Amino acid sequence: MSNRKSKSIGKTSPPDAVIRTEGLTKRYPNGTVAVDHLDLTIHPGEVYGMLGPNGSGKTTTILMLIGLAEATQGTVRVAGYDPLRRPLAVKRQVAYMPDSVGFYNDMSAFDNLDYTGQLAQIPGAERRRLIDAALQRMGLSEVKHSRVGTFSRGMRQRLALAEVLAKQPRIAILDEPTQGLDPESAHEFLQLIRSLKEDGITILLSSHLLDQVQQICDRVGLFYKGRLILEGTVEELSKQVLGGHIRIQLSAVTDDRKGFQKTLAGIAGVQEVQIESHRLDEVYRTHLAKERQNAEA
Amino acid sequence: MQKREESALTGVGVVILKELRDYLGSIRMKLLIGLILITAIASTYGAASRIRSLVGEDQFLLLGLFTVSKDPVPSFVAFLGFLIPLAAIALGFDAINSEYSRRTLSRVLSQPIHRDALIIGKAVAAVVAIAIALLALWLLILGGGMLFFGIPPTGEQVARALAFYSMTVLYAAIWVVLAMLFSVLFKQPATSALASLGVWLLITVFWPIIASVIANAVTDPNTLMYAKTQQAISRISPNTIFGEVTLALLNPTTRTLGPVVFSQLEGAILGTPLPLGVSLLLIWPHVSGLAAATLVLFAGTYVLFQRQEVRA
Repeated sequence: MSNRKSKSIGKTSPPDAVIRTEGLTKRYPNGTVAVDHLDLTIHPGEVYGMLGPNGSGKTTTILMLIGLAEATQGTVRVAGYDPLRRPLAVKRQVAYMPDSVGFYNDMSAFDNLDYTGQLAQIPGAERRRLIDAALQRMGLSEVKHSRVGTFSRGMRQRLALAEVLAKQPRIAILDEPTQGLDPESAHEFLQLIRSLKEDGITILLSSHLLDQVQQICDRVGLFYKGRLILEGTVEELSKQVLGGHIRIQLSAVTDDRKGFQKTLAGIAGVQEVQIESHRLDEVYRTHLAKERQNAEA
Repeated sequence: MQKREESALTGVGVVILKELRDYLGSIRMKLLIGLILITAIASTYGAASRIRSLVGEDQFLLLGLFTVSKDPVPSFVAFLGFLIPLAAIALGFDAINSEYSRRTLSRVLSQPIHRDALIIGKAVAAVVAIAIALLALWLLILGGGMLFFGIPPTGEQVARALAFYSMTVLYAAIWVVLAMLFSVLFKQPATSALASLGVWLLITVFWPIIASVIANAVTDPNTLMYAKTQQAISRISPNTIFGEVTLALLNPTTRTLGPVVFSQLEGAILGTPLPLGVSLLLIWPHVSGLAAATLVLFAGTYVLFQRQEVRA
């Protein structure tokens, strides 16, 4: 890729944390505490998921990380800088995708990205090349001169990710990236996000859809009421909370449900056998896959 | 507090160009220019025909195009005093809150710029957009006047017309900044439009009435004090200031903008024009007052915007 990025990554003695907060607290004048003594460490190159219900302080934390909100207490270091003292140094290395992202509807996809690219001071020819490449990668090349007003929700999300990509950041912070997407598009979108990791970008994403995001996160932090209550890899956490317990999903064709259940329950170590009705999204996805196969044949 | 290390104006040029492009291409701008153009044609046509009928050796013939009115159409200056605030409000009332409602603000502010660049860029772009439109209008009127009367303007006339143009732009600036203040204050563009228009109506239509009512209440009519009080109150309105400034600039025989007593006129040769320098001296307090008010309003807007939480 370009030398811009390799310069920022190939720094001598990279710090062991690209984002570090200590005792980070945000208290609003009305007394509510949005973020409560948060200690967060994010290592270079990892995909970190901040997970938790709405209102657990994820967005507020993100805003403090990029210097758009002021912390009441505690310290923040992003890429080694304090976002409040050196906002431009931080914002130059961080790309941010807000939740329910918006664009200038009267401008084309390309022009929207060109505007923010100019603000990011990427020089002319390189900027156009980066934007074109990013749009291509997000599958938006064909609509790059269409007005964003005509775009669907999913296209807007992909456009936002293209913007992140075109900036060639060291850190990408994505707030609720799959919000408003159907399960299938969300899945595809998450794969696109995951592909940023191959470019050496550290990714911090937030979501309230725990099961959706777990597929792409190296490490997750579970948030509750502004506090980080659990942190680790998904495997570690399951082990810690659920014990040695594993869960198997089995699909079988049988007429004798009861008998089959009994047989399984008889196997040593099995604690519980449950027959679940099929999920509709599974039906939908399987049907689509079959149709696609038929179409190819 | 540690001083910030990078210029507050990083990226301001990009913002200005983008906003300018938006403003100049916007439908509301076209509508307003159309409106101003129609009134300009009507009022200057009336002025021209009246000036022609008053045969005389007026050396400031062309300037009359701006100020002379022929019933029932008001003069061009009077129209401008009324319409420029409207144009400025139309450009400024949703400057900031529309970024919130489109949810583009955090995308823009997460780029390596300070908030200063956005708000300064937007204000400058709106003023420049109006300035461009007014310049075209100004040239059109002067050029049309030259063709119509068949005489070229003198250097002094051009200088006075230019000073008038700059004052018009300054007058537009204060309204742009006021509308932007409301666009920071109110999250709904409709609310901020309504608030701006309310102030506009208050200032341009009701303020003279209010001024005389207050003056009546606190002083005895028929006294000099009354006239002075009334003028002092009415000068709070930028519309009054603009009116007085244009009067002094475009009507060189204007010697004073306030009430005078006879003793002060001793030795004055009434009806002789003042040189430009003296006219400028006459309006200097107005100019600095208008500029200061604009800056104060902008500072307020700026502080409010800096303190706002960006959650959009």
